[in-house]
Amino acid sequence: MGYDFDWSSIPGALPFLWDGMKVTLEITLTAIAVGIVWGTLLAMMRLSAVPVLSWFAAGYINLFRSIPLLMVLLWFFLIVPRLLEGLLGFAPGSDMRLSSAMVGFALFESAYYAEIIRAGIQSVPKGQVAAAFALGMSYSEAMRLVVLPQAFRNMVPLLLTQAIILFQDTSLVYVSALADFFGAAYKVGDRDGRLVELLLFAGAVYFIICYSASLLVRYFRKRMGA
Amino acid sequence: MIRRAAVIFSFALTTLALPALAQQPTGTLKKIKDSGSITLGHRESSIPFSYYDDKQQVIGYSQEIMLKAVAAIKTELKLPALQIKLVPVTSQNRIPLIQNGTIDIECGSTTNNTERQKQVSFSNTIFIIGTRLLAKTGSGIKDFADLAGKNVVTTAGTTSERLLRKMNEEKKLGMSIISAKDHGEAFLTLETGRAVAFMMDDALLYGELAKAKKPGDWAVVGTPQSREAYGCMLPKDDAAFKKVVDGAIAKVMSSGEAEKIYAKWFMSAIPPKGLNLNFPLSDDMKALYKNPNDKAFE
Amino acid sequence: MTYAWHWEVFLQPAASGDSTYLGWMLAGLRITLALSLSAWVMALVLGALMGVLRTVPSRLWSGLAAAYVELFRNVPLLVQLFIWYFVLPELLPAAWGDAYKQMDPFAQQFVAALVCLGFFTSARVCEQVRSGINSLPPGQRNAGLALGLTLPQTYRYVMLPMALRLVVPPLTSEFLNVFKNSAVASTIGLLELAAQGRQLVDYTAQPYESFIAVTVFYMLINVVVMAAMHRVEQKVRVPGYIGGK
Repeated sequence: MGYDFDWSSIPGALPFLWDGMKVTLEITLTAIAVGIVWGTLLAMMRLSAVPVLSWFAAGYINLFRSIPLLMVLLWFFLIVPRLLEGLLGFAPGSDMRLSSAMVGFALFESAYYAEIIRAGIQSVPKGQVAAAFALGMSYSEAMRLVVLPQAFRNMVPLLLTQAIILFQDTSLVYVSALADFFGAAYKVGDRDGRLVELLLFAGAVYFIICYSASLLVRYFRKRMGA
Repeated sequence: MIRRAAVIFSFALTTLALPALAQQPTGTLKKIKDSGSITLGHRESSIPFSYYDDKQQVIGYSQEIMLKAVAAIKTELKLPALQIKLVPVTSQNRIPLIQNGTIDIECGSTTNNTERQKQVSFSNTIFIIGTRLLAKTGSGIKDFADLAGKNVVTTAGTTSERLLRKMNEEKKLGMSIISAKDHGEAFLTLETGRAVAFMMDDALLYGELAKAKKPGDWAVVGTPQSREAYGCMLPKDDAAFKKVVDGAIAKVMSSGEAEKIYAKWFMSAIPPKGLNLNFPLSDDMKALYKNPNDKAFE
Repeated sequence: MTYAWHWEVFLQPAASGDSTYLGWMLAGLRITLALSLSAWVMALVLGALMGVLRTVPSRLWSGLAAAYVELFRNVPLLVQLFIWYFVLPELLPAAWGDAYKQMDPFAQQFVAALVCLGFFTSARVCEQVRSGINSLPPGQRNAGLALGLTLPQTYRYVMLPMALRLVVPPLTSEFLNVFKNSAVASTIGLLELAAQGRQLVDYTAQPYESFIAVTVFYMLINVVVMAAMHRVEQKVRVPGYIGGK
């Protein structure tokens, strides 16, 4: 029967869609920043010789990697804020959708970053650590000055690829009724009865952004001669 | 009989509690007074009950009634500067959000039924719908009996979904039932020819019809299968708060204001695209406006 | 917390009359498993094929495979699913589109979700296979060709047997992702595990129990898959490589 496309909803909705894009970027950047810091700590714990630390890190990573992101976000949206209110005495009913989505995302992505970073650390030859120790460095100095800088250099392409995946995954925050870019597009489409058009538009925007980002990753990879 | 006793009992409780309340609000009212703000739950695309216009303001029939209730709360607590926070909700998260106190009240398109009353309370009814069908004109679908052996779409998690399944089983209609994620997707399923009819609350069907690319191609048909009362959702067992909200809704209805609000949202052009639902006031609604109540139909 | 816990809801007869709510969840679990496993098979076959094309010494073929990967990797899964289910049938010749839309609704949803997940995952499998092939010493390809094998034969008898064994560990996490990603199929109405969980919330008004149950089911799937893949990894690991003994 053919489908009559009608794109007239999009121009008027652009400011709303842009607001949504800002929410998407905010969540993505927070999750990347927290994910790398917390992920590095987790990776170091995972590799640590102290059993408690390595068990904790392994448990954390396996737990978050076994649940769909959708469920993690629902948990952080519906249940965790309530627990925090009880424990920390936050004002009940404060609107925590954005912060809970960010925290949920950051904790979830940390588990994935931790695995990338662990592989990065393990890619550094053992001799480097031995050499650092032989030079009289402490464990933390060896990590900070010798191992991590090399590990991160090896990891940059993978970390960026994970960032692109994360950017796409933010579309799942629609479960908390948060108007991220995807949510905004869906809402406009639903309101005006133009879902197909709005979702094709959203798909094209995601494609352009992610494809450009992946070209950037390739450029980095080339520059590092990997 | 037991029910009646319970009503009298709760009435007695309310009256007993009243003198104390005048000085010392409790529960949600106290929370609102202490924080100086109230958090309202609203829908984002539930036309014409509660949705965003093109400036992303929340508008709609239910939203207007909710604001009347907020005005009554302001007067009750003597808080003219009450701050209003808006939180968009979905049909999946609205009950947990009332329960966990994220929102104080939600007026949208939420059916008051006994099952939900186990988790939340409901205000006086704000709207009464019947569940009917949206079908293509000239498709030969005139009523539910015509659906035998066909694909029928409805929205997941609604009463219509349950009724349709029950009907299919009891009357052995052999329908294939598609449960779409939301009304927009359900209408898309109908519009793209995957289903011959869309069963839903009549008011929402008129809303989808008005959005269609060719509204003339579609018609709302069929005998209403059930009646449902939409109410505002409130935290469970907070009689003082419910009393203020109920009073505000009753006043809107008895003063004739409700009929004007109805005409504005259901009988004239509404934002963002100037759609007109052309959905005349039903007998159920006329009776409700004469006699406001919080009765659930099931 | 004013929440009334009712774990016994799972044993109550469900609204459909013929089952309990636990029965609903298990029915959802079966669909999740069927969908994920068939999508995985599709992704492996397509992904291995595309991974090989990515590495062949032909600009045209490797370029086509690269475009394929970029297309499926750079659009969110949710959007892809929507396009497969709602948009594509409208763009097909009317007869095909109508034939698809006359199918049983469950079959339509399952096919759309399967194709979507299969293509989406295959792009990721493709990249793993490519890096597996690229990690082989170039001497292997040269030696194969020098022995007089054709290029397809070199792939078939020399490079792939080795490369496919090397990529098993990274593929484990893609395999796990298929199960988790299958949850998006609930958005087009397929009654898999996540959708059953949501349906339970609507029917029982006990959101927390339903979420917890669904979460536990996903964790169980994860544990089983990890254990199975661990055995596969042990079987196929290559002596002399890291991870091999």
